[in-house]
Amino acid sequence: MDTSSSSLSQSQLSQPLPSDQTAALHGQPQPALIRLLQGSRLIKDKLAAASMLFLTIGSSLMIFLIALQLYQRSRPILAMKGLAELLFSTSWRPLRGEFGFFPFIMGTLWVTAVAVIIAVPLCLLTAIYLSEYAPRMVREWARPLVDLLAGIPSVVYGLWGILVIVPLIKNYIAPAFGTFSTGYSVLAAGMVLAIMIFPVIIHVSVEVFGSIPYEMREAALSLGATGWQTVKYVVLRKAMPGIIAAVVLGLSRAFGETMAVLMVAGNVARVPSSLLGPAYPLPALIANSYGEMLSVPLYDSALLLASLILLAIVLLFNILSRLILIRVERNIQ
Amino acid sequence: MDRVKKSMNRWKIINRKKIEERIFKCLMVASTLIILAVLLLILATVIVRGLPTLSLAMLTQVPRGGYYLGQGGGVANAIVGSLLVCAGAIGLAIMLSLPTVLYLNVYARKSSPFASFTRFSFDVLWGVPSIVYGAFGFAIMLFFGLRTSLLGGILAVTFLILPIMSRTMDEVVRMVPAELLEISYCLGATKLEAALRVVIRQSLPGLLTAVLIAFGRGVGDAASVMFTAGFTDYIPTSLLRPAATLPLAIFFQLGTPIPEVQNRAYACAFILTVIILMISVGSRLLSRKFTKHNLR
Repeated sequence: MDTSSSSLSQSQLSQPLPSDQTAALHGQPQPALIRLLQGSRLIKDKLAAASMLFLTIGSSLMIFLIALQLYQRSRPILAMKGLAELLFSTSWRPLRGEFGFFPFIMGTLWVTAVAVIIAVPLCLLTAIYLSEYAPRMVREWARPLVDLLAGIPSVVYGLWGILVIVPLIKNYIAPAFGTFSTGYSVLAAGMVLAIMIFPVIIHVSVEVFGSIPYEMREAALSLGATGWQTVKYVVLRKAMPGIIAAVVLGLSRAFGETMAVLMVAGNVARVPSSLLGPAYPLPALIANSYGEMLSVPLYDSALLLASLILLAIVLLFNILSRLILIRVERNIQ
Repeated sequence: MDRVKKSMNRWKIINRKKIEERIFKCLMVASTLIILAVLLLILATVIVRGLPTLSLAMLTQVPRGGYYLGQGGGVANAIVGSLLVCAGAIGLAIMLSLPTVLYLNVYARKSSPFASFTRFSFDVLWGVPSIVYGAFGFAIMLFFGLRTSLLGGILAVTFLILPIMSRTMDEVVRMVPAELLEISYCLGATKLEAALRVVIRQSLPGLLTAVLIAFGRGVGDAASVMFTAGFTDYIPTSLLRPAATLPLAIFFQLGTPIPEVQNRAYACAFILTVIILMISVGSRLLSRKFTKHNLR
């Protein structure tokens, strides 16, 4: 970009320069060379500003571009069927042209709910411990470790799920409830997802707790509150918006997670009936149907509609959480 | 009599307080231990299962005939493919995100609605699942009539890491003290010169960390390259050839029923984890080393 702007300004040099303000301010005639140089610097600056603005507008509109493109591609199937039928029909028979997304949407919801229910209490307790109670040594070791593990790819989590969680459910948890399960189940997917979102929730909430002024805790402690009472009545209350943000971040990560879920959820296109039964979440459907996508009519359109649905739900989550955040923040102040 | 009762009550309250404190502290320690144990268990599993199968041949050879039936060969195709896809995507993403970040922090006013809208849209994009980027990349490829190729993979991963890189860079550049900019203006620098020579230099370690974070995310993601980069047994020779990637190599090898091939999937997971851990440790060390020379 730098080179292009300089070559443009070279061509501008032959034209008369616009009277620039610095020369007028100095009030004395300047050597032509300096004026030329200053002119070219200003032109460079203007050009750079314009192109940067262009790029900024472009990337901030990317979200609309994505939504538009996916909508465009899913129009063929929307023209054939009503949206309500697609969303609430339970029959998934692509070869007969029946595309009901309901089992997949329910699968996603079940798996995400299990993950959040497991992850939130554990993560909050850990985050409180790390930021309020833990000795410095523990804190300094635990936090980078958690951050490091945030980077582990989802395929590795999925692989670990197959090696550890699935046998655990098959051999211990399901027999304990007197039922049979292959292990590839809602619970397995939920547990793997919960582990995947640990680092996200812990990282954000520790940061939120850290941002609360220390004086507030001291005030509570000096009134005779115990450590836990301080946390319960002061820290948690003050940190609520941040905690909500952390949970929603984890939630949306869990919601769209594909590979790990694909590997452990069992992938049976039915509305899940129990925690130990299989599920087939939406992202797994998209990833799994890649092979047959282009050979069956409307299939690709249906899958792109599925990703549009996913996008819409995630957008809704994000925007909602923002609005909640703004409101809660206002209440606290 | 009354006083005794009162003090008994007070004791009860204090006792309850203390018991509550104990219970919750135990819960906290327990959950911290559970989480750390699980995370360490994951690393341990990957190392224990992956390391025995790992060999030099796996790193340096492409799959030979019958590789997926347990014959010889390696996953060099996937390692090189992953690195190529990511390098291309990182290059593109830097070209898009650096000007954006500089514009937001140097040219736009700090709290202008446009700047906050852009940040908001990056936040939203960050939450968009990678499979959606994969589908979007696929839709674009349909639009241009491309087949699964290195180029497609690069595009999809660029979309995926663009918001991550931009937001991380933005946080870093925002930390540059306003005085530094003001001083450069006083010395007669244009905004562009201040941005390129002062802001970038001051925030270089943070920018590098942002790039590395984005790289780690891009290298490990499977869902976005599944539709777009495809899979092949060869190292791609041009942008229009399909490219294998490590996460997909893990996924496909795990899908076969043959134990030797599955063992190789564990080894691939080990390779991928090592790459990512190296990047993230490296980025920490780098940022520590570079910040020595910064003004504060």
